Amino acid sequence: MAIYTKEEARQIMEKALSFSTADACEVNLSGSESGNIRYARNTVSTAGHRSNQNLVVQSNYGNKYATATIDEFDDESLKKVVLRSEELAKISPENPEFMGVLGPQTYDESVTHIDATAKISPEYRAEVANSSIEPAAAKDVTAAGFMNDSAGFSAMMNSKGLFAYNKSTDISFTVTMRSNDGTGSGWVTRDFNDVGKFDAAEASKIAIDKAIMSREAKAIEPGKYTVILEPAASIGLLGRIGGALNARTADEGRSFMSKEGGGTKLGEKIVDERVNISSDPLHTEVPTGTWNGEGMPLKKTSWIENGVVKNLAYGRFWAKEKGVDPVPFPPNVIMEGGDASLDDLIKSTKKGILVTRLWYIRGVDPQTLLFTGLTRDGTFYIENGQIKHPVKNFRFNESPIIMLNNLETLGQQVRIDGNLIPYMKIRDFTFTSLSDAV
Amino acid sequence: MKRRNFIQYAGLGAGALMMPSLLMGNNISAEALLTPGLDVAAKKVLADVALNTARSMGATYADARIGRYLNQYVFTREDKVQNVVNTESFGVGIRVIANGTWGFASTNDVSEDGIKKATGQAIAIAKANSKIQKVPVELAPVKSHGEVSWKTPIKKDFKDVPVKEKVDLLLTANAAAMENGANFVNSALFMVNEQKYFASTDGSYIDQDVHRIWPTIGVTAIDRSVGKFKTRQGLSAPMGLGYEYMDGLDSEKIAGPAGTGLIGYRNSYDIIEDATLAAQQAKQMLTAKSVDAGKYDLVLDPNHLGLTIHESVGHPLELDRVLGYEANYAGTSFATLDKWKSGDFKYGSDIVNLVADKTFPGSLGAVGYDDEGVKTKKWDLVRNGVLKNYQAIRDQVHMIGQNESHGCCYSQSWNDVQFQRMPNVSLEPGKDKYSVDDMIKDVEKGIYIAGRGSYSIDQQRYNFQFGGTVFYEIRNGKIVGMLDDVAYQSNTQEFWNSCTKICDESDYRIFGSFFDGKGQPSQVSAVSHGSSTTRFNDVNVINTGRSI
Repeated sequence: MAIYTKEEARQIMEKALSFSTADACEVNLSGSESGNIRYARNTVSTAGHRSNQNLVVQSNYGNKYATATIDEFDDESLKKVVLRSEELAKISPENPEFMGVLGPQTYDESVTHIDATAKISPEYRAEVANSSIEPAAAKDVTAAGFMNDSAGFSAMMNSKGLFAYNKSTDISFTVTMRSNDGTGSGWVTRDFNDVGKFDAAEASKIAIDKAIMSREAKAIEPGKYTVILEPAASIGLLGRIGGALNARTADEGRSFMSKEGGGTKLGEKIVDERVNISSDPLHTEVPTGTWNGEGMPLKKTSWIENGVVKNLAYGRFWAKEKGVDPVPFPPNVIMEGGDASLDDLIKSTKKGILVTRLWYIRGVDPQTLLFTGLTRDGTFYIENGQIKHPVKNFRFNESPIIMLNNLETLGQQVRIDGNLIPYMKIRDFTFTSLSDAV
Repeated sequence: MKRRNFIQYAGLGAGALMMPSLLMGNNISAEALLTPGLDVAAKKVLADVALNTARSMGATYADARIGRYLNQYVFTREDKVQNVVNTESFGVGIRVIANGTWGFASTNDVSEDGIKKATGQAIAIAKANSKIQKVPVELAPVKSHGEVSWKTPIKKDFKDVPVKEKVDLLLTANAAAMENGANFVNSALFMVNEQKYFASTDGSYIDQDVHRIWPTIGVTAIDRSVGKFKTRQGLSAPMGLGYEYMDGLDSEKIAGPAGTGLIGYRNSYDIIEDATLAAQQAKQMLTAKSVDAGKYDLVLDPNHLGLTIHESVGHPLELDRVLGYEANYAGTSFATLDKWKSGDFKYGSDIVNLVADKTFPGSLGAVGYDDEGVKTKKWDLVRNGVLKNYQAIRDQVHMIGQNESHGCCYSQSWNDVQFQRMPNVSLEPGKDKYSVDDMIKDVEKGIYIAGRGSYSIDQQRYNFQFGGTVFYEIRNGKIVGMLDDVAYQSNTQEFWNSCTKICDESDYRIFGSFFDGKGQPSQVSAVSHGSSTTRFNDVNVINTGRSI
């Protein structure tokens, strides 16, 4: 039993703080239960179960601080771990960037825990695997997939009176379907807080259909193409803008957000004016906890508004240095979409390429946020509003900034890895070579 | 990308390193790292609880891994210590075969009761999954080793070296970089000690003490007037060595090509010397010539080529990928069984000999026994350019008609199930005397590349693109200056068949990957790749510069 209620967590943490003799003490208590199943070659391969609980104690004397952790919570253990953090703090080097612990905060309530997800059994996981394997085998296709479910809580308290608690559940699922002649491959991903929203058979069917549709792809010349990016494709590039949101590296002159001649791009238009990116822990489709590891409240925050950089993220130290309020890093990514369905986007395309996902994305140049990677598991040529045939995979070299400047149409939003991302049609996406990979 | 990765990226500075949080254990003091763990006799008693419980519940095979993982990480920037982390993780992982199906469970409750409970969970998972299992697990036979032990042959245990000495060394290196014109420096030391005990129903009780170390440094130079920044990463390699790797012995240095000032480090790294050169080179990179795209002969330093070997040879020859077990994550492989069975598949040119090796001293992959009790060895993957073999473990090797595991099964901790991981994969040096300067003299139009950079390869390992740390233009047998915006794109088979020359053994060094990811849930592993400087002809080079 690793999941404590709010009151149980409060009691353990209050007990731990009662042993503190340092200038300040802060404790983080967390626990989780998770299970997974993995299958390949149309049969189950490995599966496992993990249980974990942990208490982290941070003590500080002035600027000297240290942490100690323990996974047993009887009085003797709590006393021992607090004492150990104090001993370590006393011999730690001074950290001039240590900001001390926060006082009491007010947090919003976010619904991130669903009972049904917390009750998933090994039998349910085996059934999920079977919902992929049986229909795949019937269509001469081979399934390889993975499902992971978890339920957990995290809580925080300090000697200045701060208290925070959150309980959450999560299920994530991916499956790759390969046609048995080796020439077609399809893939799908799903993730939810609520297992009730998950339909393994529906998801698996999409991947099977793509595997069959993508068989015997034709090679077309690499170059600049109009692309329709499914949300699972664009998140790989959009997510990497996140690294550039750090105000400190921008101020230091070593980030895409640094400006020529000094300063940052805060307030500047960097992408198409239809681009709006925010984060919101209370969004009902992608809820998250409402506080971060330092106990800072997380609120809805706009990062890019009408194409303009609206906020950069400031840690508490850097915010103090710059005389601004701290801005916590985003807990999720929400990009505004439009009304167009995938079908609408295809119908309105004269010549283009539909991309299921991008793979092995790596930074090439942090100066321009240039990334390389490849298309994978379903890449199709569109002509006069129709999918004509599958095409061989491409390597791309592209920057999400250039991509969002070349925006043609925004489509409907979809939840991907805890984020909300729209289908997008982009012109002049740069493919630099062909790959024989299926 | 997972949301948590977005947050991790967002939360880290440009010079910071991604560190898998799962490697972290409980925070302890540096002194506590020195506390001995359970003695071998106690571990044997506990392991037998797992094995006997599993047998009594119907398992036909079981193994138990009691692991104590000690890590120390030191992070600095410029003149500040950012963090010193000491962690300990202790627990047991139990793997069983019941009804012909694998089951696995782990616990940090290393008591008789805790072990019995986890064993029961592993059995329950195996039985639940056996209902949809199509083919029962088949294990290659393994010799019973009885009670044995193995230890990385280190000279200085990092746990015995005071933290202050490590901090001072990093801060001295940072200062050297700043004095030579750097604007920012981030440096770190990662030190790992795996104390792992393995026991199986096949009758082996194996106690191993494994050490690894990785110093990193990133030196950044900025020209604010044009808004440009460049980072020159250090040219160390993660190694299967003790703290003696930080001694910076002259006897372990190999001079790089004339005109570059580069030094190759073998079994000893001089971080202060490298930091000094890194600062000078980071400044040069700000004004280096942007490459003209086109075909070039590439001269690749071992500290660069290692990553190319890793991605284009190591991964495609993992048998689990070839068979489809990794299809949903890392992918499959172009090196299919029919190509191997043909007996004449030309992976590379005639001079290309690639060997897998779990025994090479100082390498990250070196252990006495793998994580399913198989004694480690060395074997051919590619001989005279022809594909000869794969990397396989006990439950796979029968699928390629062999009856002996290759001994390359690994788990990152007691908490994760072991599976097939890449052994060290290395390119044998050339037989004739031939230095890096000899090689450059023979090149008319080429690029010399040292250090790792951007790397990306498709899911079947055909098409790849690699960058590097530093690039030098070669014209008519001479290094003529530094280049920028370089990346090369090729196809694995085409690339290895364009290999025309390999320097001799005196230039041989190992490169390493400390956090190689694979599997679901993802696990990291550490692996080395040896080579001498090597030439590849007519490779396609692209220009990665963009203006926004």
